[in-house]
Amino acid sequence: MQLITCPWCGPREETEFRYGGQADLAYPADPSALDDEQWARFLFFRDNPKGTFAERWCHDAGCRRWLRAVRDTRTYVFAETGPYGSFPRRSARPERSA
Amino acid sequence: MTAELSSGVELRSASSPVVLTRRHPLEGRRATLEALTGEPSITLEPLVSAVDLRVDPDGGAPEAIAAALGGTLPRSPDTWTELPDGVALRLGPDEWLLTSAAADPHRWEDRVDALAAPHGGMAVDVSAQRVGLRLHGPAARDLLAFGCSIDLRPTAFGRGRCAQTLFGQAAVLLVAHAEDDLRLHVRTSFAGYVVDRLVDTARSLRPTPA
Repeated sequence: MQLITCPWCGPREETEFRYGGQADLAYPADPSALDDEQWARFLFFRDNPKGTFAERWCHDAGCRRWLRAVRDTRTYVFAETGPYGSFPRRSARPERSA
Repeated sequence: MTAELSSGVELRSASSPVVLTRRHPLEGRRATLEALTGEPSITLEPLVSAVDLRVDPDGGAPEAIAAALGGTLPRSPDTWTELPDGVALRLGPDEWLLTSAAADPHRWEDRVDALAAPHGGMAVDVSAQRVGLRLHGPAARDLLAFGCSIDLRPTAFGRGRCAQTLFGQAAVLLVAHAEDDLRLHVRTSFAGYVVDRLVDTARSLRPTPA
């Protein structure tokens, strides 16, 4: 079984990860302006290249963080992995009921 | 006020207090573990209070919280440090698990949450989330290696390291205390599976009686 390098936990077995589909999809700026076909294309249509493909993976059994990986779809070899976007830097403290 | 059942059993109403004692989730397997002779020994860790702390790692918040608690928070991924009556484990870039053997769960949550709030962070009580097991003995790492794929050699996983990984099919949190002393924390609902698998493996490691 091959190892995937989690940017946080280091090399771990593939079974600890979950596949998250194509990476770097931009959410439509104004979803309500799309017609049904455009919306369906955003929701359901993904690239399917033969070769390198940027993907999202989640380290489910470890740190539970998403990562961005570039994988060759012909050989399954991971060319690179890195954090997905930036790690949280927000101050999102939800209101707690007293 | 009492209600009478046809069988004659008295059901007490809420006005008479019922005493609920906290019971270890693995109480039913304690006898099995104690009957396991030889090494490594597998023992149940006492239940502790634990909170999950989420706070921005930059900007001095972890240092300020650590200073107020009288200890340090781990700076590197997958490491742990000691607190006055517990440990602090780094679970993620902005996530720590802080335990306390002395404080009540809700008081521990309130205390850490109050410290995290000024930094925009928060703490949530997760005391009931995991149960702890202690594996002690020279073969402790061999035993774990039957179900874990990470590098468990003392040079790679020495004292001060921790790791979230899989043991068999269950997600576990491993904590290295010494070369022959490891703690394993597992979600309560998976604890029975993990203990049964550990006991099964430990028996297979024992020399067969002649």
